[in-house]
Amino acid sequence: MSALADRPANPAVGQTVSHESAALHVTGTALYTDDLVGRMRGCLHAWPVQAPHAHAYVTALHTEPASAIPGVVRVLTAADVPGVNDAGAKDDEPLFPREVMYHGHAVCWVLGETAEAARLGAAAVEVDYEELPSLLTLTEAIDAASYQGHQPVVARGDAESGLQRAPRRFSGTFEFGGQEHFYLETHASLAHVDESGQVFVQSSTQHPSETQEIVAHVLGLSNSEVTVQCLRMGGGFGGKEMQPHGLAAVAALGAVLTGRPVRLRLNRTQDMTLTGKRHPMCASWEVGFDDDGRLLALRATITSDGGWSLDLSEPVLARALCHIDNAYFIPDVEVHGRIAKTNKTSQTAFRGFGGPQGMLVIEDILGRCAPALGIDPAELRRRNLYAPGQSTPYGQPVRHAERLHDIWAQLSSRADVERRRAAVEHFNATHEHSKRGLAMTPVKFGISFNFTAFNQAGALVHVYKDGSVLVNHGGTEMGQGLHTKMRQVAATALGVPLDFVRLAPTRTDKVPNTSATAASSGADLNGGAVKHACEQIREQLAEVAARKLDTQPYNVRFVDGRVTSLGSTESLSFAELVHTAYFQRTPLFAAGFYRTEGIHWDAANMQGEPFKYFSYGAAVSEVEVDGFTGAYRFLRTDIVHDVGDSLSPLIDLGQIEGGFVQGTGWLTLEELRWDTSAGPGRGRLETQAASTYKIPSFSEMPEEFNVHLYERATESGVVYGSKAVGEPPLMLAFSVREALRAAAAAFGPAGRPLELPSPATPEAVFWAVQDARAAAGGRAVPATTPAASGAG
Amino acid sequence: MEPHQVKVNGVPRVLAAGPQVSLLDWLRGQGLTGAKEGCAEGECGACAVLVARADGPDRTRWTAVNSCLPPALAFDGGEVVTSEGLGRAPGACTAEELHPVQREVADRGGSQCGYCTPGFVCAMAAEYYRPERRPAAAGEPAPDHGPNGFDLHALSGNLCRCTGYRPIRDAAYALGAPADGDQLAARREAPAPALRLTRFVSERAEFIRPGTLQELLDRLEQEPDAVLVAGATDVGVERNLRHSRPRLVLAIDRMEELRRLDVGTDHVDIGAALTLTEVEQGLGGRVPLLNKLFPQFASRLIRNSATLGGNLGTGSPIGDAAPVLLALDATLVLTSRRGDRPVALADYFTGYRRSVREPDEIIRAVRLPLPLAPSTAFHKVAKRRFDDISSVAVAFAARFDGAVLTDLKIGLGGVAATPLRARAAEDALTGTELTAESAAEAAGILAGEGTPMDDHRASARYRTAMLEQAMLRFYAESAPELEVIR
Repeated sequence: MSALADRPANPAVGQTVSHESAALHVTGTALYTDDLVGRMRGCLHAWPVQAPHAHAYVTALHTEPASAIPGVVRVLTAADVPGVNDAGAKDDEPLFPREVMYHGHAVCWVLGETAEAARLGAAAVEVDYEELPSLLTLTEAIDAASYQGHQPVVARGDAESGLQRAPRRFSGTFEFGGQEHFYLETHASLAHVDESGQVFVQSSTQHPSETQEIVAHVLGLSNSEVTVQCLRMGGGFGGKEMQPHGLAAVAALGAVLTGRPVRLRLNRTQDMTLTGKRHPMCASWEVGFDDDGRLLALRATITSDGGWSLDLSEPVLARALCHIDNAYFIPDVEVHGRIAKTNKTSQTAFRGFGGPQGMLVIEDILGRCAPALGIDPAELRRRNLYAPGQSTPYGQPVRHAERLHDIWAQLSSRADVERRRAAVEHFNATHEHSKRGLAMTPVKFGISFNFTAFNQAGALVHVYKDGSVLVNHGGTEMGQGLHTKMRQVAATALGVPLDFVRLAPTRTDKVPNTSATAASSGADLNGGAVKHACEQIREQLAEVAARKLDTQPYNVRFVDGRVTSLGSTESLSFAELVHTAYFQRTPLFAAGFYRTEGIHWDAANMQGEPFKYFSYGAAVSEVEVDGFTGAYRFLRTDIVHDVGDSLSPLIDLGQIEGGFVQGTGWLTLEELRWDTSAGPGRGRLETQAASTYKIPSFSEMPEEFNVHLYERATESGVVYGSKAVGEPPLMLAFSVREALRAAAAAFGPAGRPLELPSPATPEAVFWAVQDARAAAGGRAVPATTPAASGAG
Repeated sequence: MEPHQVKVNGVPRVLAAGPQVSLLDWLRGQGLTGAKEGCAEGECGACAVLVARADGPDRTRWTAVNSCLPPALAFDGGEVVTSEGLGRAPGACTAEELHPVQREVADRGGSQCGYCTPGFVCAMAAEYYRPERRPAAAGEPAPDHGPNGFDLHALSGNLCRCTGYRPIRDAAYALGAPADGDQLAARREAPAPALRLTRFVSERAEFIRPGTLQELLDRLEQEPDAVLVAGATDVGVERNLRHSRPRLVLAIDRMEELRRLDVGTDHVDIGAALTLTEVEQGLGGRVPLLNKLFPQFASRLIRNSATLGGNLGTGSPIGDAAPVLLALDATLVLTSRRGDRPVALADYFTGYRRSVREPDEIIRAVRLPLPLAPSTAFHKVAKRRFDDISSVAVAFAARFDGAVLTDLKIGLGGVAATPLRARAAEDALTGTELTAESAAEAAGILAGEGTPMDDHRASARYRTAMLEQAMLRFYAESAPELEVIR
């Protein structure tokens, strides 16, 4: 076996290729779960009955009126569940609840011959509720001490004495919003009992194995009696890691009870009101710097809004705590975390998985404190970057910390930061009604699941007699290009052209016990497994080839579909070799397995080395703010990002750009608003449609957008020297938020700290501008704020 | 009667679906699952398809629309092209044959999850075939335009959650001109599909496309609850999100009497059933304030279907057209069996989604008096620059004599139950010289107009501030010119 990171000659990895399904995408022939409905005869449609209260008991459920509606076939309730009435992995999410925990909670589901019949049936179901008091905001939950799950602490050194010693101290609080995934494809499941009697569920799921387990658990079946397939998803972003399970279970339950296929597809509003989102959080913090702006100590409490159940809130919080340092060395740290229980959707995984929230806290602190310290924010950030040899607060050495400095310097020069900084100053001096801001922020993001057991993967690779290759692996394709990369990995490992290799849809009956395709780990883990499987086959084939070529197996080379021997001109095609191997009774398929080595995590003490490595990057963004409205334009963004040696440059570029814009959406436009009044709509999500919840469009793309992949960046110990890319780029968007802060501040006197809410909507920016202007209107503001004062 | 039928990707298909079935659902039911439902309210464009529309009497224009909104029956006799019909996918026995638009998107990484892609491809193809699209002359292309003349606003109604848009923009800007032998390009040279007077009658619902205005008004008098549909951009949302199920739908999208654009000497009449795109093309910039409105009014996909009649007929308190038309001092020509009745737009709205229009009346045309006020501005405040609903919209139309404002009309949206004129601010400024001081004073007065409220789009406080700021901005933008006069 070759070392994991080594690349052979002329590898398929590293080539710029389009998404493996690009031709299918553009011709509208790529199939998603809900596109299969027309292929099922007699398919029923499911519709939820959603509770109109934030918190209530269901005191009576009358389904008879629904059954009287033409076309209604059955109403599914708790009484129908043969197994366990629970859709969660922690036994805290009843599939058919007796206690409504949030506005829109589905209390039962109606099956109809058409979606229209099911909808009318759902409207006819009569439910009696006994309303209960509800908690919606973080403040309400904190006041009521409503918490759930563990309350972890990440600590190093002595934060209290560190703060005492610090000549410059600041404190503050910061509450910031969550984010709706808004994958373009809403949740969909299509279940039937197949010809062999197994329950077969097509599901838009990032975690087919867990979907399978929950379906089995609800139906009272063994896992072997349930198969889940995910063809592809129209986006996942973490929103389909835990959330599909209950929906798949409803469809499967309906299929088992009626003997007919059942389709459950949420419309946009159902998707937004039923499923979890990125966790909103709030932080209270105290920070200490030395006179040069070096961080000395941080003490903080982060309260995460988990919604009505735990879901993934604990690991999300753990990652938030493990990322509060972002790219900065803080000697003395004490960070407490807790999860509020509120009457909202159960918040869940979302690209970055708590990392963005933790990092936002420190970036906000630095952005607020820099003016008070009298240090340029970019310089403050640079000064605090990790140096080689330093470790994180949870005890992991920051390997390759020098890359952070190198990336920072490269970015400054590529983006011509010094000249543009002067240009921004000139613009601001000459424009009364609009101001520009430029800001630069780094990213350091830990790669691996914090939960060590998830860091394993399997693959099943078949080589057919004609030399064609079929790859199954445990990862799911949600647009991130995993299948494209796996195809390149297989082609590289077998030394065949890309078009020899076909990727099969992800199915639990091909590779069992898979981890979620999450934590940016899809290519690292499944790539390791695919490579392992291919190399087993290649070794078998090398034996056969050695006999044919009259050489030793270790001299056999597989390149571009030709098999050669070192020092010989003789060669044969891969297909010929495979054909020969078959007749010599050689196994032409193999199961591959991979587990990440060298990681460990003590979850109780929040110490260890949970990450295989860190991903690094930095971004510089320039924005322009309109002083009349607070509206802004994103003029330019430059990024240098470390993906190791890229497996697939076009795919990686897409992940970086897309992640950045998605992060920009979270920090600027995307605002989740719940009705927090005492009125009858209390708890209702007010932004529950595309018309009210605005994700970025073309107008939010940076007008000039330059992304550069950090070069000569081989990551040892990872498949073909690459690094994960899915999540880290999202956090490059902090540069936009800090640029907005700088632009808003430019309406006021220099050197004045400015608070900026998140999301920084045009309205929020307008009030920040007004705040800055008010300061310019006479109130004296010192250029630096004395020690121990607030930072804003 | 002949069966209802739609030619899809060149192949006629029988259309047997009631008026509640959207074009999208019908296409998907036909096995053409390329077009997707992403939002069901015309916001995301995942459902976009191309339809053949008249481009004058002799030519056809490929027009991209959201298929989730209009009923499939509205395309009876029509021609539709979906992403499947633009090119051919690679299959077990076929090689792929991608359309130039598809090729650019695929090669440049313009698709990731691919769910929005069919819609993007269709919207991009419509712009690819837009006959007026020309490469930019030497120098910088116009804002939001590519060097090939591609107007990025063509894609303003398409959302992508994966790519961050840059590769899609690059694909759009790389497109050349259609090649010789391009069948869809050739199709433009022949007349659009002939009008069909569709009649669908079932137990529960009727869909009628009346042949004459008289027939329309007769039906409306008999059944005042009938829903009039042109582009269905509002009715479609009502059906999809709020499940409204009208018994009678009257399609007015081809009604000639509602589709005239007359530029006279003392007024401009804009037919109420012309799409906003048609109005934009027909006016050719002759009403500058409308030209400021169009790129900010929803998205191109919506403007290709939406009409002024629909926008004013629904009586939305925001609807961006209303503030602009108020500033232009527009009159609505209402029509019923009793004849025409002009009503000043300023007197039209009576309350939240209510107006003086009688149940048997329709809006026939929007009349703008000429000459137009020469100084205009439109300030739309929204979270997103492309395709968002205003939290506040303010339109100004002014005449100056030197620095003295001789006439000022200000239309407001989003600050009350109806769009309204800012009479107090208008009165305060009319007849006075516009100066920093008078503008500041008027800004205070303008801020007091309307009764803004808090909602998910903005706070009442912000809305009030935006009124104030709109006046300050109007002054700031007028000031350089006034300075010259002084």
